[in-house]
Amino acid sequence: MDTKTIFVRLNKVFRDVFDDDSIKVTPKTTADDIDDWDSLEHITLIAAVEREFKIKFKMGEIASMKNVGDMAKIIASRAK
Amino acid sequence: MIELEYPFDSEYIIKKRKSLKRTLLADGTSRMKKKIAVFGGSTTNDIVVYLELFLLNYGIEPEFYQSEYGQYWQDAMFPSEELLAFQPDMVFIHTTNRNIANYPTTADSKEDVQRLLEAEYAKFEQMWQKISETYHCPIIQNNFEMPFYRIMGNKDCSDYRGRSHFLTRLNAMFYEYAERTEGFYINDINYISAAYGLKEWSNPSYWNMYKYAMCVEAIPEFSFNLSHIVKSIFGKNKKALALDLDNTLWGGVVGDDGVDGIQIGQETGVAQSYYEFQSYLQSLKQLGIILTVCSKNDHENAIAGLNHPEGVLKPDDFIIIKANWENKDRNILETAAELNILPESIVFVDDNPAERAIVQAQITGISAPVMDSIENYITTIDRNGYFEVTNFSEDDLKRNEMYKANAERAAQQATFADYNEYLLSLDMTAVIDDFIPVYLQRITQLTNKSNQFNVTTKRYTPTEMEEVFASDNYIRLYGKLIDKFGDNGVVSVVIGRKDANVLHMDLWIMSCRVLKRDMEFAMLDRLVERCREQGIDTIKGYYYPTAKNKMVKDLYGRFGFDQLSEDEEGNSIWQLDVASYEVQNHVIQVGDNSTIQQ
Repeated sequence: MDTKTIFVRLNKVFRDVFDDDSIKVTPKTTADDIDDWDSLEHITLIAAVEREFKIKFKMGEIASMKNVGDMAKIIASRAK
Repeated sequence: MIELEYPFDSEYIIKKRKSLKRTLLADGTSRMKKKIAVFGGSTTNDIVVYLELFLLNYGIEPEFYQSEYGQYWQDAMFPSEELLAFQPDMVFIHTTNRNIANYPTTADSKEDVQRLLEAEYAKFEQMWQKISETYHCPIIQNNFEMPFYRIMGNKDCSDYRGRSHFLTRLNAMFYEYAERTEGFYINDINYISAAYGLKEWSNPSYWNMYKYAMCVEAIPEFSFNLSHIVKSIFGKNKKALALDLDNTLWGGVVGDDGVDGIQIGQETGVAQSYYEFQSYLQSLKQLGIILTVCSKNDHENAIAGLNHPEGVLKPDDFIIIKANWENKDRNILETAAELNILPESIVFVDDNPAERAIVQAQITGISAPVMDSIENYITTIDRNGYFEVTNFSEDDLKRNEMYKANAERAAQQATFADYNEYLLSLDMTAVIDDFIPVYLQRITQLTNKSNQFNVTTKRYTPTEMEEVFASDNYIRLYGKLIDKFGDNGVVSVVIGRKDANVLHMDLWIMSCRVLKRDMEFAMLDRLVERCREQGIDTIKGYYYPTAKNKMVKDLYGRFGFDQLSEDEEGNSIWQLDVASYEVQNHVIQVGDNSTIQQ
């Protein structure tokens, strides 16, 4: 799956989870860029991303993600 | 909202939680507001988020207090100012097997384990009692799910040192407390976690990363199960089933295939599945759920199908059978009117998606679960928790008999020229008197279930009712009505609060199954009599309109009260002069508590 497709689909998940159609995620996006993105919403986001790409992140992967770019890289390496 | 009924898509709910909440809040329905304190032994944030969605869908708008992470015991035992000011209507204690302080080890003796068990249990019981004394409200407590690993393997469940064994015994102690304590309910996460799949449910990464005691995807299921108890306590259970026949109660179409051609009984797997479904419905009936038929069929074909020798349910098991070619929504509205229940308290069971869609579009609030294949029918109805049992009274068990007797009364009514003559022919006797303990549960239940004949729509928890019962400050009456067709049980409750020589009516309710029997006048006669005995010279009545209680808008007017005021919202205040009141019931013979055997 190419990076562009991943970002299009990720963007849709972010908009659903944070209920905000103005969101535009980039590889550099972090929790600081989105108002509602706190540690509790992060859990919901992870679950929704896992569902979208039909993958399960490993514990270590979740802990090491620094921004949306990191997340996309893991998805690219795992999703079919 | 069908997205929030079983079988739902948990991941969809997780992703769309915010827009679902927005949609629910914007749908224009009025909801009862309830305050729920959540004492958590693990993270409760998402539990509350989904619980809110399901409760909004049931017509309840919750406000939550959540204890700080893991502080369930401290919060219960040493409540903060904030919590005391919150005054919860309900407390939910979210503990799981992650909160067990000391599990047995293999070095422990039997006595050691017994002590551990008692210590663990004592901590909980102490907490429940403290909560009960402080807030006088219902308590919901999780039982314990099984652990996700077994040190001793299979022996873990039978050996006194095993964790599975320990949790099973602790659960049993919780159940004993629940059995002897009113207003205390177990949220059965042991069952729900097993049904979900314990391996996924207890995936330890959610505890280790987020301090959730279950996987995030399971939280909607958890909250859904919990919401059933909450809505049941607050009187939002369903009351009746409207059942289609062809391909719902049996396989095939009786009109086309003939009675011998339909699938029901022991012959084939499909026939056995329908048989099992009919048995399930019969058990619901025994629980007091009303069964009715709503089928597009010729009446005689429907009756012939129900008389199939291999079937479980017979025509007699249904209070009303609507088998005709009218639209189903119309038949259901008629059924509701004949039973004197709200259309939204009916569950419509039909294998045809088009029929379900029409009924759902026409009748707001009715449930029409997806019945896609016979092997799923029982699970779909069962898991939706429509009839969740929280209080279980004698009356529930007899309800079907009573509705049946009502139908007979209606048939007889037609033969009398004069309504008064008909009422006299019913040989009605009533017991109207102060509350007695044996009826307290039914009285409380009635205050939470009555929507239509209810002037103030004031709800009482079991504990609040105990307080009213114990106080000298009230005049209380319950009314029980018996006629020649049967015992209707406790059907009316009246509570007046004394203020010098004035009695303020906090509550006046009656079950709709005894409408137009003059029972309300018999209650009023007795109330006035009690007022005179206690030096009360004025009774003040209050009417607060809701979407459902229009039938009693003029109740106090019919009683002969004078209207003092009415505001723009329709709230009205009424007054009766006790001295000039004359007895109004002339058709019911009324006795007091001494006339019933206890």
